[in-house]
Amino acid sequence: MQEFLQLVVSGIATGGIFASLALALVLIYNAMGLVNFAQGEMAMLATFVAYSLINRGMSFWIAFPVTLVLAFGGGVVIQRLVIRPVERAPVLALVIITLGLATLVNGLAGFIWGYVPRSFASPFSPDSVDLAGVFVSYRDLGVIAVSGLVLLAVYLLLQRTTVGLTLRAAAHHPEASRLLGVQVSWMLALGWGLASAVGAVSGMMAAPILLLEPNMMQAIIIYAFAAAVLGGIESPLGAVVGGLIVGVTVNLAGAYLPGVGGDLQLAVGLAIIIAVLILKPNGLFGRAAIRRV
Amino acid sequence: MSRIRTAPPRYWLVLLVVIFFLGFPTVISSFLASEWAQAIILAIAIMGLNILVGYSGQLSLGHGAFMALGAYTSAILVHHYKMDYLVTIPIAAVLTGLVGFLFGVPALRLSPLYLALATFALAVVSPSLIKRPAGLTGGVQGILVLQPDPPDVAREAFAFVTGTAMTSDQWIYYITLFCALVLFWLAWNLARHRPGRAMRAIRDGEVAAAASGINVAGFKTLAFGISAFYAGTAGSLLALSTGFISPDTFPVSLSIQLLVGAVVGGLASIPGPLLGAIFAYFLPIESNQWVPSQTWLPEQITSTVKNAGPAVSYGIILILIMMFAPNGIVGLIRTGYVTVNRRLRGASDPQTGQIPPDTQTV
Repeated sequence: MQEFLQLVVSGIATGGIFASLALALVLIYNAMGLVNFAQGEMAMLATFVAYSLINRGMSFWIAFPVTLVLAFGGGVVIQRLVIRPVERAPVLALVIITLGLATLVNGLAGFIWGYVPRSFASPFSPDSVDLAGVFVSYRDLGVIAVSGLVLLAVYLLLQRTTVGLTLRAAAHHPEASRLLGVQVSWMLALGWGLASAVGAVSGMMAAPILLLEPNMMQAIIIYAFAAAVLGGIESPLGAVVGGLIVGVTVNLAGAYLPGVGGDLQLAVGLAIIIAVLILKPNGLFGRAAIRRV
Repeated sequence: MSRIRTAPPRYWLVLLVVIFFLGFPTVISSFLASEWAQAIILAIAIMGLNILVGYSGQLSLGHGAFMALGAYTSAILVHHYKMDYLVTIPIAAVLTGLVGFLFGVPALRLSPLYLALATFALAVVSPSLIKRPAGLTGGVQGILVLQPDPPDVAREAFAFVTGTAMTSDQWIYYITLFCALVLFWLAWNLARHRPGRAMRAIRDGEVAAAASGINVAGFKTLAFGISAFYAGTAGSLLALSTGFISPDTFPVSLSIQLLVGAVVGGLASIPGPLLGAIFAYFLPIESNQWVPSQTWLPEQITSTVKNAGPAVSYGIILILIMMFAPNGIVGLIRTGYVTVNRRLRGASDPQTGQIPPDTQTV
């Protein structure tokens, strides 16, 4: 039982990482009906930036917000340069473009930092604390706290501020928003920036656990896809819940299901994606898709 | 006789290309022939992807996984059951086609976006799935595939033309070329006839296609099956050509390479996959040879370009092509040809004097 609870807690911690990236995917999906295949790679690039900053002697807690701001700027720039010119292209073309973006960012990171895995120091102590018989590492607690804070911040931004309201309006009804004087295109850029920053959090939380290298996020993006799909790809709350469920499921499956260990855990992510798409395509929180003919 | 005289110019072009590929190994080295064989293999797989993406409008990012299935089917049949390699190629193709057909059934329920997502996940997961049954697939070590010696007839014919003995690489080149010719011919027929038209109708408007009496579900799964059939053939040939397969032969980047080839060559066209494959196959090879030979570049750059170069250039090319030339090389050639033709004949749009824009296929 104790082992089970421990697995659940560390699953929630990894789930927080998945949830951040899944939330980034959902933000962009809501803005333009597109799954951004480059989200994981953008997060990886931001993490490399944080790594360089820390290597220059900056403390983690200063590098963290600096990276978020840079990631936000990077997201806006990418939207302006690459996505905006093709906003009206069919969704398949857009998917291919984000995939090209993923390949490009991955190659760029390899170009600048090389493919040798680097260790990324965790800001939290490696000790564990005894919570009612369950040993929880400070790292896991730290990851849960940071992810939770970020998700809360995004929620407040979207639901409680004027910017958030405009952002949601631009995403849901671009035509009406434009008539009301909302600069829809810039709101989309803002959405990309926000998604990029939220994704960067997941990258910086994942790097101490995995090792930092250009292909680091390849597995995490699959889990984030699974989380986003499970939550019903358009619901931010769903992404968070989905992320936690996927994190715990993957952790438990790796420990208890025979044969599912190591890199085959990734297959659990694939299984979740396919199962949800076939059994409940709208996910847990998604609205049923209505097609106008 | 009159049929030959009235044949459209593009038939002569096809004939020229076929003769070129038939004669090519007689003038290049055996090693180069093996490289070109792999480019042609890539062309077969890209043609499969092209049928799926270009004609039926379903995006798959996991065709590397279907290639892996074909390759492992052949390799296992040869390695464990001592079958003749040539026999295993159609078996691998049909098996992969069946699996693709079955995969197409749940894919029907998915929007194009979800399908891209699921197939991408499949591509990422497939190397670790292959590793698991180590007794069958050889695990991380992979499987060695013995390359066949050319039969006497082929050897004598080749010696008659070139005066040198035929190597197994050259023999594999001709096997590959034969498969490619048959499969391209089939794809050309498919595209021109009822199934191809039905698929394009579905791609351009599913509701309208259904209203016109097209069996939407049937043709979509059929496209998946055919597409996987092509990928399976290509995978089987790849195992033969490289002589060795392991899980790392089929990384995600292979699926990306296929997509790059399909997009660069031109979706929904028959020559597109060939052009795209030559481009996608030789770009990393040539750049890896060219960059280190440039002495003015610093050492550090040349060493990183070797690893990161293909990814960066693929990424940039994918983005640029989708932004500026969504119909790829074939689309560019076609617009160029039409423009030149109209300039020469002075036949632009009578109202505006402008040439109508190209239609976007994807």
